[in-house]
Amino acid sequence: MAAACLFRAAGARLSLSPVDLIIIVLYFGLVLGLGVYLRRFTTTAEEFFMAGREMTMWVAGLSFISANLGSLEMMGYAAATYQYGILVAHAYWIGAIPAILFLALVMLPFYYICKTHSVPGYLKLRFGEGARSLSAISFAVMTILMSGINMYSMAVIMKVILGWNIHFSIWVSSMTVALYVMAGGLLSAIFNEVLQFFLIWIGCLVIPVVGLIETGGWAGMVNRIQTNFPGQDFMHLWSTTGTFSNNPMGAHWTGILFGWGLAISFGYWTTDFLVVQRVMAAKDLRSAQLGTIIGAVFKMMVPLIVIVPGLLALAVLPYRLVPESQGGLANVHTYNEALPLMLARYCGPGLLGLGVTALVAGFMSGMAGNVTAFTTVWTYDIYKPLIWKEASETHYVSMGRWCSLLGVFVSIGTAYLVMNFSSIIVYAQVIFVFFIVPMFGTVILGMLWKRTTPAAGFWGLLAGILTSFALWLWVKFNPDALSYVAFSGYAKDMSENMYRAMWSLVANVLVTVVVSLVTKPKPEHELEGLVYGMTEIPSEGGFSIFQRPITWAAAVALAFVALNILFW
Amino acid sequence: MEKHAVSVWFFIGALLTIYGVLILVSGIYGLFVPLNHTVAMSHLHIGIWWGSGMLLIGVGYIVRFRPRRKNL
Repeated sequence: MAAACLFRAAGARLSLSPVDLIIIVLYFGLVLGLGVYLRRFTTTAEEFFMAGREMTMWVAGLSFISANLGSLEMMGYAAATYQYGILVAHAYWIGAIPAILFLALVMLPFYYICKTHSVPGYLKLRFGEGARSLSAISFAVMTILMSGINMYSMAVIMKVILGWNIHFSIWVSSMTVALYVMAGGLLSAIFNEVLQFFLIWIGCLVIPVVGLIETGGWAGMVNRIQTNFPGQDFMHLWSTTGTFSNNPMGAHWTGILFGWGLAISFGYWTTDFLVVQRVMAAKDLRSAQLGTIIGAVFKMMVPLIVIVPGLLALAVLPYRLVPESQGGLANVHTYNEALPLMLARYCGPGLLGLGVTALVAGFMSGMAGNVTAFTTVWTYDIYKPLIWKEASETHYVSMGRWCSLLGVFVSIGTAYLVMNFSSIIVYAQVIFVFFIVPMFGTVILGMLWKRTTPAAGFWGLLAGILTSFALWLWVKFNPDALSYVAFSGYAKDMSENMYRAMWSLVANVLVTVVVSLVTKPKPEHELEGLVYGMTEIPSEGGFSIFQRPITWAAAVALAFVALNILFW
Repeated sequence: MEKHAVSVWFFIGALLTIYGVLILVSGIYGLFVPLNHTVAMSHLHIGIWWGSGMLLIGVGYIVRFRPRRKNL
């Protein structure tokens, strides 16, 4: 009863029935139970931080994609679809698929063969302590910040839509994550992410299924959107991006292709340890590669449960949603409410509980991803090399367990900080571009060009971070600079991010190449297992064509091209 | 994965089964007792279909991935 009272509050836009509450409480019980159950299997450092490296390709693949499917991702992109239309699907297609396939076929072999525990760990092996420390510290800061922002966003949505107490949402959800990650480490996080994957899909799939029945199919939905928003084009991916002013995002195809499709996407999918850690836990290289490709297939399908609900909101809602800045009034709904509003529209008792559980599961999978990645990077790349080098394995496992709890507490602190400075949420993407995009240039040059030197690894990374930061400051204090940074004054936030990411990557690559040419490279024998041409990749000769990653990657690439042509 | 006594797929099956039953029963209850709030397309009784589907998938997973003695 106490929980039910906390769940209900004045002004809630949805009310949950007892069966909805049972579904939500059962979910919390199961994830905690899984954590406790798996604790007995995580006694060594390899088991706690890398899940024993024994995951099958399906478990690794579903976990890989689930860790990416956080609540901010689901609700944020449904909201963005209401604003910008199907252009947002670029986040799932050009902004993900090529990079995920590249990770599977080109980069994973190096990560996997060198047996590193993390991406900063690879930089240590390739470039030395300087590049590792810079990337580890920036990654740890970014992870905690993003985790706190996600947590706060989730709590705000739950407060607005369900009337849940904001402190209750933050503490119960995040402490649940802390307990199961603390108990079972990456193994527990991965098991729960697979569970969460099913819940997210089953809970959210109701909307497109019933919504498309209501609108009379895809053509009916498009007709309704055109009737509701005459003169606006919400239904094309590329054909409206020839000029900045011709589409609601203020985007140009060059920014989408090079900024989003190359810099941001490759930066995130190939070097953000949050997702890479999942497939590095696979039992062998082939499982890791196929798991990544399975992840790509489901990533390509996510628009069905995120973009289509946003489009359906444009088609069927009898009122217009407004920006956050105009929210807070009675009977006014904001863009961020698009997905929960569609859940409420089609889901009766039971299904509504399932939908809310899907949103909570999304939050938890995203947060667990952040916490486990933070824990591993902190323990292996900051604590061990910089603070206590010679401790026992038991000590590091213990550090990992307590660090999970500490990471959650710091994230909660960040969430409360965001509460007082809500504009930080706007900067979430900006922070990401600061730290992750330059990593891609450093890692890929290190993998593919043996001439890249340790000094170049450090200075290239630093140059990329500083370039991104400087460009952001330039536009912040002189808005006219947008015309130079993003080539147009029409560019909106997302579009500006794409170009800043592109410049950051260009600066990173240029500095890395120039410094490499004037400094001394590592001896070749130190590059074995780390660089193309110096690494023996296991042969796939013993496998049939249908067992080889390249075959499935080609099939996914074909489907990706077909989708882009279909919605051109 | 082999060394874990109970497969993750079994847990998923168990959860889907329980949720399927709850949603199915709730959907059947909704046939006889009108809802407090309006749900679009309520004539489809989507809860019954969705709950049945989840129940079927859940039972399938439980049977396929049930803990076996050799794994214990």
